Amino acid sequence: MKTTARTTVLNLTGEEFVHPGNRACSGCGLSILYRVGVKALGRDCIFVVPPSCLTVMQGLYPIAATQMPVLNGTFASTAAIATGVKAAMRRLGRETQVVAWAGDGGTSDIGIQALSGALERGEDIIYICYDNEAYMNTGVQRSGTTPRGSLTTTTPFTGKSEVGKDLPAIIAAHNPAYLATCSASYPLDFHDKLLKAKQIKGLKYLHVQTPCPPGWGIDEHMTVALGRAAVETGLFDLYEIENGRMQLSGPSQQLLAKPALRPVREYLQLQTRFKALGDEQADALQAQVDRRWAGYRDKFK
Amino acid sequence: MPDPRFKILTSASTSGPGDAGRTGSWRVERPVIDMSRCIPAKTGKPACHLCWLLCPDNVVSKEIEPAIDLEYCKGCGICAQECPVQAISMVADADFLEGAASE
Amino acid sequence: MSNPIIESGNVAAAMAVQLARAEVIAAYPITPQTPVTEKLSELIAAGAMDAEYVAVESEHSAMGVCIGAASAGVRAFTATSSNGLLYMSEQLHWAAGARLPIVMCVVNRAIGAPWSVWNDHQDAISQRDTGWIQIFAKDHQEIIDMTLKAFRLAELVHIPVMVNYDGYYLSHTYMPFEPPDAERVDAFLPAYAYKHALTPERPESLNTVTLPDARLDVDGIQRGGYMDIRHNLHEEMGKSIEVWEEIDQEYQALFGRGGHPVIDPYRCEDADVIIVAMGSMANQFRVVVDRLRQNDGLKVGILALQMYRPFPSAIIAEALQSARHVMVYEKGLSYGNQGALYGDIKSALYPYPARPRLHNFIVGLGGRAIPTESLYETMKTACEQDLSTLSAQADAPQWIGLQL
Repeated sequence: MKTTARTTVLNLTGEEFVHPGNRACSGCGLSILYRVGVKALGRDCIFVVPPSCLTVMQGLYPIAATQMPVLNGTFASTAAIATGVKAAMRRLGRETQVVAWAGDGGTSDIGIQALSGALERGEDIIYICYDNEAYMNTGVQRSGTTPRGSLTTTTPFTGKSEVGKDLPAIIAAHNPAYLATCSASYPLDFHDKLLKAKQIKGLKYLHVQTPCPPGWGIDEHMTVALGRAAVETGLFDLYEIENGRMQLSGPSQQLLAKPALRPVREYLQLQTRFKALGDEQADALQAQVDRRWAGYRDKFK
Repeated sequence: MPDPRFKILTSASTSGPGDAGRTGSWRVERPVIDMSRCIPAKTGKPACHLCWLLCPDNVVSKEIEPAIDLEYCKGCGICAQECPVQAISMVADADFLEGAASE
Repeated sequence: MSNPIIESGNVAAAMAVQLARAEVIAAYPITPQTPVTEKLSELIAAGAMDAEYVAVESEHSAMGVCIGAASAGVRAFTATSSNGLLYMSEQLHWAAGARLPIVMCVVNRAIGAPWSVWNDHQDAISQRDTGWIQIFAKDHQEIIDMTLKAFRLAELVHIPVMVNYDGYYLSHTYMPFEPPDAERVDAFLPAYAYKHALTPERPESLNTVTLPDARLDVDGIQRGGYMDIRHNLHEEMGKSIEVWEEIDQEYQALFGRGGHPVIDPYRCEDADVIIVAMGSMANQFRVVVDRLRQNDGLKVGILALQMYRPFPSAIIAEALQSARHVMVYEKGLSYGNQGALYGDIKSALYPYPARPRLHNFIVGLGGRAIPTESLYETMKTACEQDLSTLSAQADAPQWIGLQL
């Protein structure tokens, strides 16, 4: 199955599933993602959410900012709780989609064991990781996916010295039914990948790069521009893996036709979190992107 | 079925707007749309609607003349940044205070 | 017994879960719980039980699956032991706070370090403040009966129930017991229905962040804050004792067994000295009591405590008040203080003017053998001593059977 961009701004449903006036920060990338993502998922769907910005965004008792049924659970057990809800749906004879929606800390760090178990069992759930590349809800601490050189409150002054986990690759090693990377800046691409995921049985994993204005040190209006820069510089690639086959998708696929990508510095310089990143590190990052994209050009030409 | 003598209090929330109050008060600048430039407004046809698509807070309407719910708009300015024809500008909310124009 | 079978305690537990028609079972193997989960997977694989078995990668996830299933309105079960119980500790608090009627068998085992696969009660005792109802079975018949009654209790009061039974002493020994008739069980245990069950038809966000203070909901009705929700759990846990007694009466009417759901006293009516214990040790003490009465002319009784949380303070105080001495034997303690059960009993008796003298004995940790002979000897020695001098010591626990 290929992602065919069926949905356009014009035919995207006007039905809304989130209320305005919620607690998300101004310019929140997750909010864009959530608003458009739920349009793809539809109402016959139950969310399972660990502690994260989404917990807060979805509302504080007794008010839910979301119109979806949500089960908030412990940090480490998102995929396990989703497994239980899905098992219950089968027992009740319901086709209801069960969607686990967690952050990068909840997925790559504390939640990875439960997710690995669910992947191995081939649970019939959709798992969305919105990756804002640090523990944002607790105030920007480093996570497993925080990129090298990034300043966080636990990697102050010189930035994180380790390379972030390639979480989609870890998931891919489990051979999931479907894997896609997405960006909050391309919500329609995310929307259509979710439409596709809904049709597939087994564990569907969507990894979404999600710019965070306070965490990344960008102006609130730059959220979408930032995510776009990550894709257009080749730092964050949008792809799908089905039946073990990787395919660039949507905006990243279109970049193959371009003679050159935007330099990674254009992305890095927009964010204060990379202000400690030296020239040498930036060059190394550029070289890494160039190598990867040379490989893509050979492979997908 | 639970025993009717038991209340069984849980944190089960029901859906509604304004969990964080009127988030328009967070704003220092508000988006103002120049309808003479806005694509759907200018052409009178459904088109573009990027401001609606990319609004994190669900406060832009998908109409020929897009409307912004200032009660809840947090003023992030993504709509202004992403508008392909620069029809949206961010204007200081203070300018809209009563009497501001005459000063 | 009309129709007894001879099986292990673990199989008795599995049979109860089968009879209860639990629909989602998630478990992770740990000694000595393993045969429960093996039996349940076998029953499901053989088609003898219509349920989903989820072979999770940890106990934390086992309880996670149960939380998910129960929140969606489906009856869920798990079983564990020892460090497995501790690994799911966070989830235990969560399940209770969310008021999910999950039933779990805990096959009691010592906690590491050092590693010990053998029996004591430290696993359950360490989780006494999670908001779970904790009951203790003392033989195979009680394992099957209590587990069935636990499902009914959990679903009536919407508080999870932990059914405890001793590792090896009960889990792996083979004893006769009578499985209840399946049709009658169906009458006793109606299908589980939950008003907050997750459903797209009536979307709610469950376990949302809750503020310290009460707040108006979307309809303008004031809803309590965190503390009010927790207060309700505490109040209703206390009220569960009464419901447990009512369930026991119903069960007795249907199956002919019961009558002592909270405490099970044996020869306590005229006793000067009452022993208090939980689990299989309480049965073992019956022999000791008989011998002390017969051989030594001592007026001794044994009070088995079946329900540990909620703690039936009034019932216990009532039962112990008339004794001159109460000997609390337990297989777990609050380190640096005293036996946890001992402390609870002491506090239950405090408001009463006529208080018996209390003595605390720690036995059988990590499976250290508890020969009936040694129970007899320690009791005999204690009774023959001037008991009042014994209690004049600080009420520190006495350790029985140390080999240092």
